[in-house]
Amino acid sequence: MPKSLTPRLQDLRVEIEGYAREFGLDFFETIFEIVSYDEMNMVAAYGGFPTRYPHWRWGMEYEQLSKSYEYGLSKIYELVINNDPCYAYLLEGNAEVDQKLVMAHVFGHCDFFKNNFSFRHTNRRMIDDMANHGTRVRRCIDKVGIEKVEDFIDRCLSLENLIDQHAPHIRRNPDPKRAEEEAKANQNVGGFKVDREYMRGYVNPTEFVEAQRKKVEEEKAKAKKFPERPQRDVLLFLLDNAPLEAWEFDVLSIIREEAYYFAPQGQTKIMNEGWASYWHSTVMTRRALKDHEIIDYADHHSGTMASGAGRLNPYKLGIELFRDIEDRWNKGRFGKEWDECDDLRARRGWDKKLGRGREKIFEVRKHYNDITFIDEFLTPEFALEQKMFTFGFNEKKNYWEIQAREFKKVKAKLLQQLTNFGQPVIEVVDGNFENKGELLLTHRHEGIDLKGDYARETLKNLQTMWRRPANIVTRVDNKTMMLRFDGHTHTEKKVESL
Amino acid sequence: MALRIDQDHSRFKQIVRGKIKANLRKYVQQGEMIGKKGKDTISIPVPFIDVPHFKYGAKEKGGVGQGDGEVGQQLAPGEEEDGDGQGKAGEKEGEHALEVDVSLDELAAILGEELQLPNIKDRQNEKIVTTRVKYTGVHTIGPESLKHFKRTYKQALRRQIATGKYDPNRPVIIPIREDKRYRTYKLEQLPHTNAVIIYMMDVSGSMGDEQKEVVRIESFWLDTWLRSQYKGVETRYVIHDAVAREVDRETFFHTRESGGTMISSAYKLCRDMIKADYPTSAWNIYPFHFSDGDNWSADDTRVCVDMLRADLLPAVNQFAYGQVESPYGSGQFIKDLREHLGEQPNMALSEIADKDAIYNSIKDFLGKGR
Repeated sequence: MPKSLTPRLQDLRVEIEGYAREFGLDFFETIFEIVSYDEMNMVAAYGGFPTRYPHWRWGMEYEQLSKSYEYGLSKIYELVINNDPCYAYLLEGNAEVDQKLVMAHVFGHCDFFKNNFSFRHTNRRMIDDMANHGTRVRRCIDKVGIEKVEDFIDRCLSLENLIDQHAPHIRRNPDPKRAEEEAKANQNVGGFKVDREYMRGYVNPTEFVEAQRKKVEEEKAKAKKFPERPQRDVLLFLLDNAPLEAWEFDVLSIIREEAYYFAPQGQTKIMNEGWASYWHSTVMTRRALKDHEIIDYADHHSGTMASGAGRLNPYKLGIELFRDIEDRWNKGRFGKEWDECDDLRARRGWDKKLGRGREKIFEVRKHYNDITFIDEFLTPEFALEQKMFTFGFNEKKNYWEIQAREFKKVKAKLLQQLTNFGQPVIEVVDGNFENKGELLLTHRHEGIDLKGDYARETLKNLQTMWRRPANIVTRVDNKTMMLRFDGHTHTEKKVESL
Repeated sequence: MALRIDQDHSRFKQIVRGKIKANLRKYVQQGEMIGKKGKDTISIPVPFIDVPHFKYGAKEKGGVGQGDGEVGQQLAPGEEEDGDGQGKAGEKEGEHALEVDVSLDELAAILGEELQLPNIKDRQNEKIVTTRVKYTGVHTIGPESLKHFKRTYKQALRRQIATGKYDPNRPVIIPIREDKRYRTYKLEQLPHTNAVIIYMMDVSGSMGDEQKEVVRIESFWLDTWLRSQYKGVETRYVIHDAVAREVDRETFFHTRESGGTMISSAYKLCRDMIKADYPTSAWNIYPFHFSDGDNWSADDTRVCVDMLRADLLPAVNQFAYGQVESPYGSGQFIKDLREHLGEQPNMALSEIADKDAIYNSIKDFLGKGR
């Protein structure tokens, strides 16, 4: 069972929290608990919420975590839950210096959770809500049986990524243009052209005009798109429109809510880890470290920052970028004058002694997410210094290779990876496709094809939920294709682009 | 202590083992199966269930990395990122991904645990024993040649300190007779545990690279398991099309012939090999034969069946036949074997549709515990 801090750790916590506040970090009350390694693995497997609904995939996570722990592959030092108050789990039996490092790191995360704009709409009582979700799902299981519920959850998970990650920040109003068009269409209810006004009654008898009007209206009703505009939040569309049973509706809405809870953490991974690492490093090296701890600290810090075998480590990228920003704003390396300076020597020695670095990074941590962070602050110098490159698969040679080191390409690739979590953008365009009640999605193709077998399986899950054939328009090998599953067979055909 | 996760965990395991929810079985993947083989290290197999999503085809994806290297240079395996970028970000710290070395023994243990393989039961030949010397302890008397220097020294040091003869400034230790310690040994009678694996593979035109890859992976796991069960394991390799010949390992996996297929040729060679080199009384014998099952003629199949029944099956611990599905379909051979020899207890048959079927096939071959 989780234990509260020992008196010694409590003292350390007070000390570290003091330093964190002194540096200006601003966080919710943070509750630390000590757990054993298998409890840690369990909590991590549950995504931080041990009271979550039962499902095999937590078991799968747990298996992976505990295996890699047992074989010495990895070890989770700490876990923070974005909640008010924040909960943080520390690993029992870690050395004191590790616990200090982890606490400092946790306060960094908590500050980020509280202040970054991405979390403005995040549910801060998620611990309670997750527990409620667990109860609701268990109740469903009691009612309809584990097999049915689990199968349904599996299907939901297959669609879990089909949410609109910007949704919490935007109110999507009904289209204003549409009202206008409608009004216009109403005026033009047919009839033949009449040159002489007295002939009107004969050319266009009232019954005829009425019939015409009816026909137009019927057509309009038919043509009325549903949804009105392509909808990114496929889960919401299903909740609103799919013929779900009450318990299915309940489960799907739970899955959707949790997906939205985790989405902003995915959008700020680099920043969040960078920020927390920046602060554990600052707090430890400037304040908390004792002489005899320095080697262990350095070992663990560098272990966390290591970019193993050419991989991009979000901790490393984040902390370096924050440090780079701090340095640039300390020395005034920004703005028009800096950008237009071509003199290499002047650039190298550039130091306006502005000292605004700290202030700037606090601002950045508030107003940016990973995409805007990279877009704005990744500089060619930085990319060069960090030896960044893009890689891809070489079909001819059948291996992964380094493809480019040009700044533009690196940045573009990085941004592409971050956009929509590096996942394809899928929208519902029609819930009544061909007037047969079929579901039609599109994949906004941005140069990369969908993984075919996965797409077909996912389509199957959609069909099961929608109970009518499901279609998706995507591009395969540069041809616009419509994949379709009608409940029995998969088909695909070439179509004109929508 | 029971954790809350145990329920979910055991459910996951049941799915992986195919006990429940057969509909998810097809999403089960075996993680990395073969890692580095040099120096006996390998990555751990971790099964996972990949619920399908709309996602990008991985090979087209690529990404951004960090480090040295020229443009066009190959990345070391494992560097590419795996499909999903999502995950529970921002909660975890310091998952240090260290490369870990797992010995083949551990690997076999994991394999056994994963597949719930029974240990192999001893066959008839417990009588055949070898004698082995084992150093079991330390004694105060013995031959000088077995003197345990460290213990002797320690004893002498202890005595000198106790009697006050030890001078830290002039640390001279002189053992006397009572200080001396000698290793003692026992003779152990060990049951003889030699095994030979004879791999036979069809290399006729219809066996493509993919089929051979399947055989290679499968034979690796079979090797690993049998080596964990026996002390000394020999492996022999036989390839055949219409004729059979013995080859080395390298050739075994890389030869491609185009001729027809006469399976009896391989079985004949296997039989002769056993007769010449591996007396049944002293060896545990495991022939494994892989083919796409397209034998030349029904006559030849009959010859095979007869040979198996008369010569091979009585001599071996288990005869295993794996039929690998090839683009040309899979043949009749396994059906014939099943019909004629399916009831033989030491005949193991398995159909291997693709790489993903290896998991079950290993179980077919090793699950009998013979």
